[in-house]
Amino acid sequence: MTATTARPRGVTRFALTINAVLVFVFFYAPIAILTLFSFSDDRLVGRWGGFTLGWYRDFAANDEVQDALWVSVRVAIVSTIVSVVLGTLAALALERFRFRGQRVFDAVLYLPIIIPDVTMAVMMLLFFAQGIDLVNDMFGTSFRKGVGTVTLSHIAFNISFVSVVVRARLAGMSQVLEEAALDLYASRWKTFRHITLPQIMPGIVGGALLALTLSLDDVVITQFVAGPGSTTLPVYVFSLIRKGVTPLINAVSVVMLVASIILVLLSLLADRVRTSGS
Amino acid sequence: MNPRTLLRLLAGLVSLTLVAAACGDDSDGADGGDGGGTTCEVGEVDGDLALYNWAEYLDPDLVTAFEEEFGVSVVEDTYDSNEAMQPIISAGNSGYDLIVPSDYMVSILIESGDLMAIQKDAVPNLANLLPEFASGLPFDPDATYSAPYQWGTTGFGVDLAVTGDDVPQTWGLVFDPALREQYGLNGAFTLLNDPRETLGAALKYLGYSLNTTSDEELAEAKALVSEAAGSIAAFDSDQYDELLVSGNSALAHGFSGNFLTQFGGADNPDQYTYFVPEEGGTRWVDNMAVVVDAPHPCTAHAFMNFLLDAENGAALTNWNYYASPNEAAQPFIDAEVLEDPIVYPEDTSQLEFISDTGDFEINFSDAFIEAVG
Repeated sequence: MTATTARPRGVTRFALTINAVLVFVFFYAPIAILTLFSFSDDRLVGRWGGFTLGWYRDFAANDEVQDALWVSVRVAIVSTIVSVVLGTLAALALERFRFRGQRVFDAVLYLPIIIPDVTMAVMMLLFFAQGIDLVNDMFGTSFRKGVGTVTLSHIAFNISFVSVVVRARLAGMSQVLEEAALDLYASRWKTFRHITLPQIMPGIVGGALLALTLSLDDVVITQFVAGPGSTTLPVYVFSLIRKGVTPLINAVSVVMLVASIILVLLSLLADRVRTSGS
Repeated sequence: MNPRTLLRLLAGLVSLTLVAAACGDDSDGADGGDGGGTTCEVGEVDGDLALYNWAEYLDPDLVTAFEEEFGVSVVEDTYDSNEAMQPIISAGNSGYDLIVPSDYMVSILIESGDLMAIQKDAVPNLANLLPEFASGLPFDPDATYSAPYQWGTTGFGVDLAVTGDDVPQTWGLVFDPALREQYGLNGAFTLLNDPRETLGAALKYLGYSLNTTSDEELAEAKALVSEAAGSIAAFDSDQYDELLVSGNSALAHGFSGNFLTQFGGADNPDQYTYFVPEEGGTRWVDNMAVVVDAPHPCTAHAFMNFLLDAENGAALTNWNYYASPNEAAQPFIDAEVLEDPIVYPEDTSQLEFISDTGDFEINFSDAFIEAVG
């Protein structure tokens, strides 16, 4: 590291502090308000009506919300695991090897990040509508749209995001250690397992968290590729809007928020344990 | 990558797409034929039901009752608008058996060949429908593809604390500046953000049909909406009922059932009322329809018949507070629902269904966009 550090002084320091505070208020005030109103004893989403835990009880008793949450979690976990493996492999391939078609592969890999959600959703819809027909006709199977197609499409867009994050980590990493290991007769696999993988782990964890969040979040693509029985939580919440939003939605959001905070804390903790161990 | 490889790749992709498209078309045709060819007996089921419906529109107890009676399970997924449902059904292979599109969407789906003709022999309870719903609906005149599910109206939700109890039941409350002023509605009313509904309201106020295809009549309606836009609080189709009950507006244009639910949760339900102005307004109906490539068409017919049963139809209305098209169900509907003029308007003679005006539809959209400004 050759970066020089200097403390900001005077007006600069003051301005930066104010800016930082404002940014945090901007980020967290809506979340604080959402959390507060999830305890509001009023059917209207934005009116305070005294403290209640009723919306959390409703959440615990509402089968539809829970089914949707369960679908969301399943899809998110499977699509995260698969896309982390494939995305990391893609990042390694692009960063460490030269092969024919690399430039095209590179460009194509990032398409899902650039293409608008709706466009991607319609493409996926047509792909599955036609593709399932084709496969069923050719192999006599009876595939249907459902949790499987939702998971596949989440994997499809998550791979791009994971590989971007992992690749950034790889690009900033010196290859000296890897070369040293190879010089000392470590096999390719051993080098990867003991040298490369630990170094890119923060990138992989970051990519995984990003993939998990994106998958839990997605409405547009999911709505288009879903089939019977694969309504995810955000899609269900979205369909409720017509009927008026109640603080039940706030309660659901807070539960999901707490779950993701726990996930982030766990990943930080895992990171800390590992670094202090080595 | 060298150009040759790229070309090869492209050629491969193109041929794959073509093959996929060709196969898709083939089997689409076959599916349609199959669906038409299967005949279902009354109460016959051929697998679990996949239902695609509006959120909170079907009593869960009815689902359980159906599952127990027929020994199949029901998977229900929900959508928030006709427009969100339509592309999924039209792309094919949706996996859904039964859907609940609104009036105008039924004609769109029929036109694109996405609905299966109902096998009326398998649905004897169609006889329970009120004559006006049994046939002659503008979107499906012979009731070939659809059977009514529930209906309702579009009108005004009013905060009587602002307007007073003597408020006249007229569209003039928004379209007549003098009335607007008199009842304290300037800047305090919302209209639906929907070309057909809002221009339709203006057309009714002027005494025209809301399905007009006359440029002059539409221009008059557009001028009214444009004038009203000058003192409107919002054009809103999602939260108008909440804005009203939370005191952010005093009058809202919207759908009957939403107001009823919202008033029920308000601190003082008597403070609010709903009516369809005396000049008339829109009446809408949601319908059950079997998807052309439904995996389980017979279960879909069995479910349709089940919901059209007198007691089940009544249970549906008692649960979601929308009016039932089922004549036989009336004795079983709670008196308070049946006698509620919000659910069942006393005079339906002035109400019209929005029908598809075909190529003229674009004029409604254009006029609305210009009027909203």
